[in-house]
This record gives sequence, C-alpha cells and structure tokens, in this order.
Amino acid sequence: MPEILDQARTQVLGDGVGLDQAGVLAVLTLPDEHLTAALQLAHEVRMRWCGPEVEVEGIVSLKTGGCPEDCHFCSQSGLFTSPVRSVWLDIPSLVEAAKQTAATGASEFCIVAAVRGPDDRLMKQMREGVAAIRAEVDIQVAASLGMLSQEQVDDLVEMGVHRYNHNLETCRSYFPNVVTTHSWEERWETLRMVRESGMEVCCGGILGLGETVEQRAEFAAQLAELDPHEVPLNFLNPRPGTPLGDRPVVEGKDALRAIAAFRLAMPRTILRYAGGREITLGDLGTRDGLLGGINAVIVGNYLTTLGRPATDDLKLLDELKMPVKALSATL
Amino acid sequence: MTDAGDPTDEDRTTRSAVLTSAATWCDRCGADATAGPHPGCAAARVLEPPRYCGHCRRRMKVQVLPVGWAAVCVEHGERRG
Repeated sequence: MPEILDQARTQVLGDGVGLDQAGVLAVLTLPDEHLTAALQLAHEVRMRWCGPEVEVEGIVSLKTGGCPEDCHFCSQSGLFTSPVRSVWLDIPSLVEAAKQTAATGASEFCIVAAVRGPDDRLMKQMREGVAAIRAEVDIQVAASLGMLSQEQVDDLVEMGVHRYNHNLETCRSYFPNVVTTHSWEERWETLRMVRESGMEVCCGGILGLGETVEQRAEFAAQLAELDPHEVPLNFLNPRPGTPLGDRPVVEGKDALRAIAAFRLAMPRTILRYAGGREITLGDLGTRDGLLGGINAVIVGNYLTTLGRPATDDLKLLDELKMPVKALSATL
Repeated sequence: MTDAGDPTDEDRTTRSAVLTSAATWCDRCGADATAGPHPGCAAARVLEPPRYCGHCRRRMKVQVLPVGWAAVCVEHGERRG
C-alpha cells in the first residue's frame, strides 16, 4: 500500500482532516495499480463523513450565450465563433424546468446565466422566476449568475436562494491561461460575500483545461481552503469554436484519480459529478466515481449540452444502494 | 424563448411551422451535408442539441432544458428533442 494511502486512512478517514497539496499530488500521481485502493479509501471517507445519500440536482440556463467574458472553455462567450446563440428563458418555461427536475426526485434546482454579473434586468427575471418556482414547485433553488455586488448578494438571500455557485474553474496559478477578462481574486471576493451572507457556497471547476497535475493539486488545496459546501467537478468537454475546442478529453483513469484525490482533500464536502463525465468516464466510469468519493450528481441535461437520461443515473444509484437525499433533509 | 425576454409573435409563429423537406446542412457544424456523412458530428449529436438549421444553415436559437431541448429557426420553425 502506498504511504500516502496509509497516511490518508489515518488522517482523513480516521480524523476527518483532508490531505494537503502535497498529499493530493501524491494521490494524483499514484500508479494505475493503486487506483482501485485510492477509490475504495475515498469511498470509505465519503461514507464516514457524508453518509450514503446522494444529492441530486438539475440545472437550467436562464440566459444563454452572448457573455462578454472570455472563459476559454465556454461556448457561451460572445468573443468566440461558437454556434451558440443568445437566448433567454421565459418564466413559465423556467418553472416547467423546475418541475421536470423535481420529478426526478432532485432536491436542488440551479438557475444559471451566462454573464459577467447580473444586471437589473436579470435580477428582475430572477426575482420573478424564483418566486414563481417557490409558489409551484417543492425544490431548493440555487443560482449561478457570475460575480455579484454586496447588494445583489443581499437580494438573492431575500429571494430565498439558498446556495450560490461560482466556480473558481482552475487553480490560481493557471487561471490567467483560461480567463483574461477578470481575475481569480475577483471570483474569490464574490465567494467571500456569499459565504458571509449565509448562503451555501458552491464552488468547483473544470479539469482538463491544460493544467499540470501539480496545478490540479494546487486547485484542490485552494478549494479545501475555501471549504465550500459543494464542489462540482467538471471534466472539459471541448466545445467547437472555443480556444480549448481542440484539447483532448481527460483520460478516464486520471479523472478517477482526481475524484479520489479531491475527496481525500475535502472529506465533508458535497462532491458533485457535473459536466463532461459522459465523454470522460462513460457508464462504467460513472459507477466507479460514485464508488470513489462522489456523493452528488447533476441529472438530465446541462446548459448547452445533453447529459445521460436522469432515469439512468437514478437506476444506477438504486443498484448501488445509495439513497437520493430527500428534500426534507436539506431544509 | 427569445433573445429579448418573453416570447415574441415571431417566436410563436415559427414554433408552429413544420419541417418537411430533407436536410441539406449538418445541424451540428453547419457544413454541407449532401457531400457525405459527418460521423464525428453524428456521434457528438448524441450529447448535443442541433445548432444549425438543416434546411437553410441559419444558426438556431437553442434552449436546453433539464429534459429535452428546443431549437428555433426563424425561417423553418421549431424542432424539439
């Protein structure tokens, strides 16, 4: 057994203290023959510190495309020659999307907008949309609207948004290679305000942007320092027309190593499968990740791409004897 | 679905249109689809909605929902999947 896994068994599983950056790097560079052991340990950690339940979430894009930012992975940037056109979702369709999500048994519904930060029109749409959902659908509402002012943070709290997603996307040292129109520190400032407001912090990123394995470890350590309630883990799905459109997808074993490593860095967080798992891991890898530290999934479609049918994921959770976290358990 | 808020009359009109003729353009990359198959695009389309109208090559307004998607061509109407 590699020394790092022995250390993790004592420190993370036993004491609930996550691995530091060096420890995460050691897990990320484990030889293939030790991957199964790493995943098994990460699963034990998840079961001990989080329990068997899986949090299920659906997401929808309220405002698609036309974003002024240049996140190099994103097909919704207006600065690239992506085929994604700008579209707004009307309130009745938003409520219908929340109903579709609730019908899967999900406890979370996240409303997302492709913006630098919300303007008055978007905040008005949010206010009306969240109110309409809360009136008709039994589900927790989360939001992801880019960088916020303190006033906007306060407004979202007042609307009843209980969790806010704002991904750091990648580690601090690599961020300027991925985004040039705003800084990692600006994102951190929004996260600070969200935390202080009492909303739950949801912050993760995307693996496979061209970062080194050392930078992947740096990212895990920086997320652990932030200590978010939830970490959505995406794997790059290269989008036509974006600067990263020709990058290779993350190799399946590297993705699984990352899942185990991020779990061992953050034993108590909600670690969510997000975009890209279908092309990176496929069905078998999805199962391996759920048995290797993942305890939350986005079901159904993503913002501009499609996911596995929700029924496939729910059937898998049933097979794995992993109960879906009930809405009542989140309130 | 609109790029300016609530649905416009134009949206409502195009939603009622029906597609009848064979596609000429690849609905993923917008290239000529009559010269031969696009196996890469066909594979990718399993996990992507269409982006181009197969009849006129216009980029469509596409809304992905938790279950399904809707794509609107201003000339040829709406497709759902």
